[in-house]
Parts: sequence; C-alpha cells; structure tokens
Amino acid sequence: MSDTHAETVAFVRDTMLPPEPPPVTEIGAVRWVRENLFSGWLNVLLTLGAVYVIVWLLAHIGPWLLNSVWNAGSLAECRQILDGATGACFAVIRDRGQQLLYGFYPANLYWRPNLALLLMVVALAPLLFPRVPRRVLWFSAVYPAVAYWLLWGGSVWFPVSVLLGFPAGYLAWRVMRPAGAILSGIVAVLVPLLWWAVVAGPLAGLLQSIVPLGLRPVRSDQFGGFMLSIIIGVTGIALSLPLGIVLALGRRSDMFLIKTLSVGFIEFIRGVPLITLLFTASLLLNYFLPPGTNFDIILRVIIMVTLFAAAYMAEVIRGGLAALPRGQYEAADALGLDYWKAQRLVIMPQALKVSIPGIVNTFIGLFKDTTLVVFIGLLDPIGLSNSIRADTNWNGIYWELFIFIGLLFFIFCFGMSRYSQHLERRLKTDHH
Amino acid sequence: MTTIPDAPKPVFRPSMLIYDTRYRSLTIQVVVLFLFMAGAAWLIDNAIQNLRTLGKDFNFSFLGQRAGYDINQRLVAYDSNSTHGRALLVGLLNTLLLAVMSCALATVIGVIAGVLRLSGNWLVARLMTVYVETFRNIPTLLWILVFGAIMTESMPAPAAFRGDNPTAEMILGMVAITNRGVYVPEPMFARSLGDLDLGLFLVSIDLLALAAVLIAGILIRRRLLRHAEAVQNATGVRPVTWWKGLLAVVLPPALLLWALGFHLNYPELAGFNFSGGIHLRNSLIAMWLALSIYTGAFIAENVRAGIMAVSRGQTEAAFALGLRPGTTMNLVILPQAKRIIIPPLISQYLNITKNTSLALAVGYMDLRSTLGGITLNQTGRELEAMLLMMLIYLVISLLISLAMNLYNRRVGLKER
Repeated sequence: MSDTHAETVAFVRDTMLPPEPPPVTEIGAVRWVRENLFSGWLNVLLTLGAVYVIVWLLAHIGPWLLNSVWNAGSLAECRQILDGATGACFAVIRDRGQQLLYGFYPANLYWRPNLALLLMVVALAPLLFPRVPRRVLWFSAVYPAVAYWLLWGGSVWFPVSVLLGFPAGYLAWRVMRPAGAILSGIVAVLVPLLWWAVVAGPLAGLLQSIVPLGLRPVRSDQFGGFMLSIIIGVTGIALSLPLGIVLALGRRSDMFLIKTLSVGFIEFIRGVPLITLLFTASLLLNYFLPPGTNFDIILRVIIMVTLFAAAYMAEVIRGGLAALPRGQYEAADALGLDYWKAQRLVIMPQALKVSIPGIVNTFIGLFKDTTLVVFIGLLDPIGLSNSIRADTNWNGIYWELFIFIGLLFFIFCFGMSRYSQHLERRLKTDHH
Repeated sequence: MTTIPDAPKPVFRPSMLIYDTRYRSLTIQVVVLFLFMAGAAWLIDNAIQNLRTLGKDFNFSFLGQRAGYDINQRLVAYDSNSTHGRALLVGLLNTLLLAVMSCALATVIGVIAGVLRLSGNWLVARLMTVYVETFRNIPTLLWILVFGAIMTESMPAPAAFRGDNPTAEMILGMVAITNRGVYVPEPMFARSLGDLDLGLFLVSIDLLALAAVLIAGILIRRRLLRHAEAVQNATGVRPVTWWKGLLAVVLPPALLLWALGFHLNYPELAGFNFSGGIHLRNSLIAMWLALSIYTGAFIAENVRAGIMAVSRGQTEAAFALGLRPGTTMNLVILPQAKRIIIPPLISQYLNITKNTSLALAVGYMDLRSTLGGITLNQTGRELEAMLLMMLIYLVISLLISLAMNLYNRRVGLKER
C-alpha cells in the first residue's frame, strides 16, 4: 500500500514539522486586549469612554496632588508657595491632623486613646481570627472597662467595682442553683443590678480613699475627631448585634404581645431618620427623665445609635432566620432541646452565618452614620473640618480636609467589608 | 374490698404559671405588659412634671402663629407673614421634591452602573467597581458637603459669563451653571388656563391637562399593544404598531402644548446675576447629586446581584428556543431579575427619603430645617415639633413600605 503511494507521489515528508507559533493577535497581551477591551463596536466605544474619563480625572487631579504643599502655616502661605500654580495644600493636615484625629483631647494624653486602640485590636483578635488562643477572650471581656478608664480617666476603682457586678451575679446564680433554674436566673439578673445601684459607687469611693489610683479625668466635651467616631461606632456595633438578635427573636415569637412590641419598635425606628433620634437624644431626653437628671451626651448618642442600628440588625437577622428550613427547628425539637438551647446550638449559628453580609453592611452603615453627630454639636471629623475652616488661617480649604476624612472612613469601612467576605469563605460548609 | 380511686382532678397550682408551658407564655406576656405600662407611665409622668416645671404646655397651636422667617425655595406661596403650619408644608414639599428627584436619578445611575459592572469590558467593569466602592464606604454627609463645595467653589461666578470673551459659557445657550446655582429655561404658556385652587395650594391647570392627555395616550398605546398581541395569538402575524403607539403618546400632548402657546423663558444675564428661567439653588443641586450618586452605588449592587441571580441556564434555554438577545432580555431575564431587584430598590428609596433630612448641612430648607429647625428654635416647642416631624417621616416611610408590600404580593412567586 505504501508502495503504491511511493510510486504516485514524488516526495513524502517522513518527519513531523515543529508547531507554528500562534498568530500574534491570539496570544498574550494582544489577545487579552482584543477580548477584554475591543471585542465589538460597543466595547470599543465603552473603552474609549472609560479612557477619556480616566484621563480627564488624572489631568485634573494628578497635577493638583503631585504639586501639593506640606509645609505651611496657612492657606495664604500655601498659595504663596504655589505661586499661582495648581496644587493641594496638605499642610493643613500637618497643622491640624492631630485635632482631626483626637479632637480637643489633651495633647500630652494622646497615649491613652492610642493604647486603647491598640488594646482594642488585641481584644478583637480572638473574636475575628480562630488561630488566636482562646484565653485572650478573658481580656476581651474586661476590655470595655479598660477602654473606659483609659479614655475618660478618673479612679480605676470605678470600672473595677462595676466589673465586679458580673462575678457577683455568677456567684449568686451558683448559690441559688439548687432552688431551681428560674429562681436562680432571676436572682442572677437582680443581684448585679442591685450591686450597681447600691454597692458599686460607695465601694469605688472606699477603695479610692484607701488606695488612690487613677488617671487624669478627661471631660466628654474634649472628645472629638476620628476618636469619637470610633468610640461611638465600635460601642454601637458591639451592643447592636445582641439587641438585634433579641428583637429578631421577639418579632418571630409566638407571644402576641412580645411580637407586637418588637414590630412596633423596629418599624418606628426604621421609619424615622437617625437625625431625628439624635435630636431626641440631645433635646427631648431631658423631658422624659426625672427632673434634674443629666447624663453624658456621648452616652446618649451611643444609646440612640445602638437602638437605631439594632432595628436594622433585627431585620437582617430575621431574614437569616426565615431562610432556615423548617426541618432545622423540628430537628432541634426532636432532640429535646428547649427554646434557648435550640436557638444557641442549632438555629443561631446557621442564621447568623447566612446573614453575615447584611450584618456587616449594617455595621458599615452605623459607622458612617456616626458623622451625623455633628448636627447635635459633637465635634466629629466633619464638625472639626467646619471649625478648622472657621479659622482665618485655613478659611476656604475644602478638598484636602474632605480627602483626609474620606480616606480614614474608607479604610475602616472597606476593611470591614473585606473581612466579611473572608469570614463568609471561612464559614462556608457547602460544596458547590 | 378496695375501691379504685378516681384519677386526681387537675388542680391549678401557682407554680404552674411558670413551669407549665400552657401558662408560661401567658405569664411572660402579663409581666412584659406590666413592665411596659409601668415604663410608659413613668416616662409620661416625667414629661408632665418637667413641662410643668418649665411652665410649658403641650399643644400644637403654634402651627397657626406667624412664622416670621423666609424660606428661599418654595413650591407654594409663602412669605414671612405665613404661619408655621404653612412653613411646615413648604418644607415637606421641598423634602418630597428632593426625594423624588433623587430617586429618579439614583435609579438611572444605579441601573447603568450595575449593568456596566457586569460588562465584559475589563476597563469599564473596574471603573464601576471603583465608583461603587468609593461611594459605599464614605459617609453620605461627607459626599453632601463635597458636592456643596463643588457647586459653590468650583463653578464660575455669574460675572464670568459677561464681556466680549467670557471665561464661562452657557450650555447650548440655555443652561447656566454658576456658583449661585443652576439656571434652566422655564416652560411658559402664552394662553394659560390659569390655576386651580386646592385650598392649601394652587395647581396649574395647564400641567394637569398635560398629564391627563399623556396618561390617556399611554392607555391608548397599551390597548393597541394588547390588540396586536391578540391578533398575533390568533393569526401568528403581529401587526406593525410602533408608529401608531408613538403617535398616540406624542401627538396629543404636542397639540395641547401648541394650543396653550408653549414657549421657553431662557435665563439671561441682567446686572450681576441671571434673571428669567428657573433658578435651582446650589443646595438643591448639591443634595440631589450627592444623594443620587451615593445611593446609585447601592442600587448598582442590587441590580448586579439581581441579574447574576438569574441562572445562566435561563439565557441558554431562551437561545435554544430561538429568541434573539433583545427578546431574551425582555421576556426571560428582566421579568425574573425584576422580582429580585425591586424590593431592595424600594428600600433604597426609603433611605433616600430619610437621608434628605441631612439637607441642613448645605442649607436646603426641607422639613427638618423648617419645622425641626427654625420653627422649633423660635417657638421653643421641642416636644411638639419633634413628635410631629417623626410622625410625618414615619407616615412617608410606612406609605413607601406599603407600596413595597403590595408590589411583592403581586409579583411574588405563586407557590402551589
């Protein structure tokens, strides 16, 4: 057969040719550009439009940023240095950056908020990352008292005696346990309340008179800047999650009255703007408290922000609860778990996992909403940017301050959203 | 002989209130009700005592008193001699105007950005990601201030439009963007039909007539399309309808406009400022752009999620049936994506409405600045003004939620 072929054809190649390289338009960067940027007339138009936008932005912002002045005492001096050229005046950040971060907190005490922030990272670590040893959780538990003492100062014995309320409650529970679950539960709630109302104050005073130990107190009206945003934001975040869970459970409860109250609260809070609630905190709260009561404005704001975020949180968690198949509830019942055990061991771990994106969105929203406190006269970064502009040195400076403040918020919020995506991946247990 | 005793009668013991699940929920509810009533009574009692100490009473008669302050943007007649109630109405209308304008623009921006973020074009998709992340992670209030500063600091002064070679120019000779606001042409009717007095405010009959004619046109077009569909179902051939539909919608309003003598009043430089046309204040423009672009980023994410939630198989099935890409989008993808997109979209509308209360930051006179601002400060009636303001916002929010629930019920999957 091969013979006949050999006779009819003059030449037969008996070696394989090496493969030709693919055409230059089908490999590497050229192919990528063709596929991703110029695959059709619409795509070409979109690419050109996008390039135009980017070039326009760079042409306007680029020189302004590159030509920025970092050393000057006033806007007029900046303009003198720039001599008519376009350029940013970031000298204001150098001059007033500390104020934007700490407000009017005494400058020689900056180490206290710094240390509180550092310890916050330590306290959060075991909650955020499973690799951190569990023993650190003890520190997380006492952190709120430590932070309060560091930030506001005063006698160390006040936060200590407040903290002692928790072991007191635990002890009471241990003692009363033989008397029945319900009685011991009630006592475990009542004893700490009594402790705080009656014992804690005098005890702190007594201890202070024996061992005077304290930091220089700082008044709330000296708080400000990004520090204030973080204090309100972090406290609100920490408190709104448990409150939101309780509200969500209340809304799904079989008990008519509890359900009605939860729905009423959630819908009322979600129906009014946060700013009206903050005004209530600053103007109206005095009407509804016993005559002569006056408590800290930062505390009032934290309460309002927490209530506000909790209502949204409740709706997010309700969504997670509704997404669970009925079989999970029935399985928990079949195992003989009571309501709270079922919630703690079966329902909540799944419902919370499903609602992570929504929960973190609520956190981010809460953190951004801390800027609204400027309307009731607290000096958050935006309030400070207004007062910096009121100074004759820096009258008329806008963009540099906005960029600085925006960047700080962006870092925090973007970090939170990235962490939530990481958490979702970590907790993923399905296999598709 | 032993007698068998009867089974013990169920007796009620007080401990059953706690340990018997039949009664426990009742006990809890009674306790909660008691605590709630006690708390409410305590708050109200405090309020009564505090009001008495301050020598104040609780009534809303201040709404009938003379306001004595000016509002720079008013949709209905108002001057400083009007009442506080009238100021409330002006503020409320300004809030609603801002909310409606922002909802409309935010939807447009959000849909475009959401679709572009899914585009195959690498550069555009990245650009949209940058837009969404930048706006979502920075507070609204900061954006409002940024846009306010852009309007007042970066726009040309009216004087820049003057002279032989002005440094600024009107867009198409019609719209002037200045640092005092935006001037746009005003629609005028030479043969106007006058206004209709609705008691609270006047409504232009021209606009009412125009709206009526437009709605009638749309109804006629819908009828035409339904007829075309019936013909298509019966014969398989769809009659050509596009020009009839277009005619029905466009022609009657055009005729009416001509009959009313419609023309535009262009803004012109007069002295140091523009006159004529409609003056949109910086505060309105800044709020409008800030809220729209900020919320647009959130809507873009909702749109993206909605489109991605429609499984790829749906598109493939539609193609397998021989539908063209445009028809596939209209008949298969959008109806399914819509059901996912619209509920979060409406809650974004709710957010816009609530965020309009930040208008004070740029000096826009909304409900919060009139009733909750100047009126509150002048009359010193914090309690009444704040409660009224909360009530109004609550009613608006509940109306929007009601619309959402109705919509959900209509489009929700009917499971059998």
